[in-house]
Amino acid sequence: MNVRSPDMNRRWNRKDLLGLRELSADEINFILETADAFKQVGTREIKKVPALRGKTLVNFFVEPSTRTRTSFELAASRLSADVINISASTSSLTKGETLKDTAKVLEANHADIIVLRHSSAGAPQFLAQRLKSSVINAGDGAHEHPTQGLLDLYTIREKRERIDNLNVVIVGDILFSRVARSNIFGLLKLGARVTLVGPSTLVPREFEKLGVSISHKIDNVLPDADVVNLLRIQHERQRKEYFPSIGEYTQLFGLTKERAKLLKPDCLIMHPGPINRGVEIDSEVADGLQSVILDQVTNGLAVRMAVLYLCGGIST
Amino acid sequence: MKRARALPDPMSATIIRNGRVIDPANKRDEIVDLAIVDGRIADLSAIRNPQSEVEEIDAKGLVVAPGLIDMHVHLREPGFSHKETIESGARAAAAGGFTTIVCMPNTSPAADNPSTIAWIKDRAAETGCVNVLPTSAISKDLAGEELAPIGSLKEASVVAITDDGHCVQNHELMRRAVEYARMFALPVLDHCQDYNLVGNGVVHEGYWSTLLGLPGWPAAGEEAIVLRNILLAELCDHHIHCQHVSAAGSMRLLREARARGVKISGEVCPHHIALTDESIQNFDTNFKMNPPLRSQRDVDALLEGIADGTLSILASDHAPHAEFEKEVEFDAAPFGVVGLETELGIFIDLLVHKHGKIDIRRLIEMYTIEPARLLKIEAGTLSSGAVADVTLIDPNLEWAVKIDTFQSASRNSPFNGWKLKGRAVRTIVSGKTVWKL
Repeated sequence: MNVRSPDMNRRWNRKDLLGLRELSADEINFILETADAFKQVGTREIKKVPALRGKTLVNFFVEPSTRTRTSFELAASRLSADVINISASTSSLTKGETLKDTAKVLEANHADIIVLRHSSAGAPQFLAQRLKSSVINAGDGAHEHPTQGLLDLYTIREKRERIDNLNVVIVGDILFSRVARSNIFGLLKLGARVTLVGPSTLVPREFEKLGVSISHKIDNVLPDADVVNLLRIQHERQRKEYFPSIGEYTQLFGLTKERAKLLKPDCLIMHPGPINRGVEIDSEVADGLQSVILDQVTNGLAVRMAVLYLCGGIST
Repeated sequence: MKRARALPDPMSATIIRNGRVIDPANKRDEIVDLAIVDGRIADLSAIRNPQSEVEEIDAKGLVVAPGLIDMHVHLREPGFSHKETIESGARAAAAGGFTTIVCMPNTSPAADNPSTIAWIKDRAAETGCVNVLPTSAISKDLAGEELAPIGSLKEASVVAITDDGHCVQNHELMRRAVEYARMFALPVLDHCQDYNLVGNGVVHEGYWSTLLGLPGWPAAGEEAIVLRNILLAELCDHHIHCQHVSAAGSMRLLREARARGVKISGEVCPHHIALTDESIQNFDTNFKMNPPLRSQRDVDALLEGIADGTLSILASDHAPHAEFEKEVEFDAAPFGVVGLETELGIFIDLLVHKHGKIDIRRLIEMYTIEPARLLKIEAGTLSSGAVADVTLIDPNLEWAVKIDTFQSASRNSPFNGWKLKGRAVRTIVSGKTVWKL
């Protein structure tokens, strides 16, 4: 996978991955196809390929993350890139340096790819417009988390062998969720039907303008679902005005054992993690046969390798 | 009203020839020569036999208007002279066709005391090429907790009180401020924002905030305070002016209240009619201001409000910020855009030419007699004997906005590169040309 074929140049010419809203269905499919090849690499004895040898990747995580950062680090290592990890607490941002200046310093150190996690929506766009390096969005505020969206698409496509015309139900805090947005944009482009479920305070009706359905009665939508994607619910820290209690949330929207019985036997249960067992999902359901939560993690590695490979080959 | 500049030497005279003189204060709209003698508007007969050289200005094809007033400007001095100074802000005003600007009190220290007001006035007299009229805060340090010394501030000759940039949340405190200001006939201006409803919102709450995951600033956050102000204007029988109105609901509230004779008014800024929230999708912080760019429905409502007189005043909310301050993450960037050097062009282009909502006469009213009446200042007229503040406008001149040519110390405009029709070509303060294209 070292040679960039003409087909590849035709199907991918972006140096950055900022979100799924700006991608075409063909671009998304091309990433997923590229990930197929990398998933196969993961089954080999020697899991490393030289695709990004000599390139430097900076994991620049201004907001805390363990699983996404680790996944990117592993993906970069398997592509033979050199990896540097910078977190908010270890960067000069704590000394008042601006995001732009910090990023310019990274670029001056010949960082080829910057993977950015940031609490402000649009921060990756901000960097991408100002840097020659590739910028990969690893989650920006409530905006997008494109590699999570892609790994969810990949997992659905892998298990159900298609995405178009599937009924995908996303449950939880849609308003503040970048995972929800990237899933919505990606799923719609690939032809899925999307239903958003959650308290009316956390499911903005503006999403209906994109062609998604909204429901506040989970029991009504579970029987027709081909995929249920449950989002992590946060309450204590910042959501007290949005719903009264975790208990009431679970009662209304939690995927309990009882509710899981409403699902078709081949319906996939997904969760981007970390899971609140007993809140948005019962422990038995999370660990049950329909759950593909750990497949998502494994696929995340292949998808991130594909994204780094594609964007890393474009950087100017 | 103290003049920013000393009057010129005696017997200086100017004749502005063949212009279309639009002087709403005297209901004049005719092609006629206008004479200026010793810094004041004079009868032509006064210079029939000139004793000294007469400057002639050919105004053929131009509108000769009373000097325009922008009653909503941030000059940033004292405290933020890296963004703007009174000197640079006044030059920007002159370049935009304004002879009088009203500056907001959110400086550092805040203009909530007579000595800061005196400092601003002195500075304006020394460095400003146009008339600079300060406002003061409603509450001490703009904190919304206790009244600023409004009586002393009136004596220091502020033209209005406002906590602009902030909004008094305590309705009782606001009620007493309005009631107290009535005793001095001092107008109250208000930046309408309910802090609870707006929270940490940075863009209009709607389709684009939802798509982009940016914290939303709902229109209801403005409308709630517009309604509060209508109720307090009635209760206190005193004028409240709603600054930079942006939402369709505010239009309905103001229209109904004004029809009932409530002492309430509203102003509109160029960006709120020229742009919608769709412009924020590239996360460009030059499209971030407070209140935010709203939906097309809101823009349409503002245009109707301008057409039917619900909105009576045009203003820029000129809010300069340095590039390094704006060049940060969207939600971390300060609110505000510069406007003095583009507002007249945008309003003529959109309101008069493109949408045909008002004619140039009404536009001039909204920049002259409307703010002059509200603030009770002697400006915005070409009456014989009045101080000769005059703006020459070419309503058909086509030009392009270039931020690099701004007189302002800042460049944070969303309109760079815009092609506009109509602009000021000469600005005259007290009979002296302070800016010329």
